Amino acid sequence: MPFPLNIRYLQAGWKLLFVRLGRFEPNPDKSAEWNHGAYLAQGLSHCGACHTPRNMLGAEEAGEAYAGAVIDNWIAPALTAANPSPAPWTQQELQSYLRNGVSVLHGVAAGPMSPVPHGLSALPDSDVRAIAIYFADIDHAADRAASVGPAVARAMSDDAALGVGQDFDPDARLYTAACASCHYNSGRMPLAVRPDLALDSAANLPDPTNLIQVILRGVNAGEAIPGVVMPSFAHAFSDADIARIAAYLRRTRTNLSPWPELEAKIASIRGEMRASQ
Amino acid sequence: MTAFRINGRAVTVDVEDDTPLLWVIRDNVGLTGTKFGCGIGMCGACTVHVGGRPTRSCITPVSFVAGAEVTTIEGLDPEGQHPLQKAWIDLQVPQCGYCQSGQIMQAASLLKDFPTPTDQDIDAVMSGNLCRCMTYIRIRKAIKQAASELSKGATND
Repeated sequence: MPFPLNIRYLQAGWKLLFVRLGRFEPNPDKSAEWNHGAYLAQGLSHCGACHTPRNMLGAEEAGEAYAGAVIDNWIAPALTAANPSPAPWTQQELQSYLRNGVSVLHGVAAGPMSPVPHGLSALPDSDVRAIAIYFADIDHAADRAASVGPAVARAMSDDAALGVGQDFDPDARLYTAACASCHYNSGRMPLAVRPDLALDSAANLPDPTNLIQVILRGVNAGEAIPGVVMPSFAHAFSDADIARIAAYLRRTRTNLSPWPELEAKIASIRGEMRASQ
Repeated sequence: MTAFRINGRAVTVDVEDDTPLLWVIRDNVGLTGTKFGCGIGMCGACTVHVGGRPTRSCITPVSFVAGAEVTTIEGLDPEGQHPLQKAWIDLQVPQCGYCQSGQIMQAASLLKDFPTPTDQDIDAVMSGNLCRCMTYIRIRKAIKQAASELSKGATND
């Protein structure tokens, strides 16, 4: 730990400003399970450590709880109603994701999120359920239940033209050859083992960092879905190749504005990866 | 050192962590049914299963599969009697044969995910597996024949 952080009493001023000591106070307007989830999320799990933005002195921003933040060169998305995933994070989705590392409407827990289901695997189902209840309330998922159907329908129709006949879009051809073998979905619902790139947060975040990180690094057997991997495309693809795939996904799987300067972003992330190895 | 299972057998290999799984399978474990085609994950000849999922082994570092179950073409069926393998022989699908291990491994996973695949499902999921001899028409026919055999088996259970 660098000086002055390695001398505890020098942190007294910071603690005076930012640490509120005291016992967890349950919210009397919420259920016992909600409170148990809040107790776990705010305490031992400290989800806000990644998902709450910090001020210039490194303290979690009061009033911005779970609004999303950059962590370890990845993006920890907002856990509030501002979460950009097309389908809302319902209790069921959260439970599946936190328990198994994957949920059918949101994809897998990769990168810095992947240790979370691992750690939570030591907890009983009732604890994971409580955390899911808490966050499903925080993001008002129940209010947006009606958006699930259209989000899924849109995601499934995005794949409907893939591979059919002559494709004059070279980016679509690249995606089909490189990615569709694992990511294509068909029918009424995606399969959990085929993470759907229209529904996952990676293509829907304002920042392409997470998508780029996963393409470059891949996912090993200990992350995300246990025992299943995604290869690393860092040596296979140039920055321009990855930029084409990222831009293609953004333009075809979302209605959001294009990501600017993708190649530069990819080069920068690649550089950070190399520097940290 | 990476320990994993391959075709049901536990193995440990002493290679660099970033050694592509393809070379470990061929050179260290000695199973040469899986082929090298391009080295960048764009031809499918290197396709194996990891945790039952199709994976391009030429761009998968061996460290990725620590603790995982790898299945190669040799291990797809103990008797070589997977419905795809039977259809492949019945319809005489291969020409030079080089791409066919990867084709079968990818098709095996296709049929698990899409038991009655449409032409479009086949196009989308199999497009990463190239065949320079252009046996695509027989590959498609064999996939459908295997699908039909598998679905009959399911309804008879």
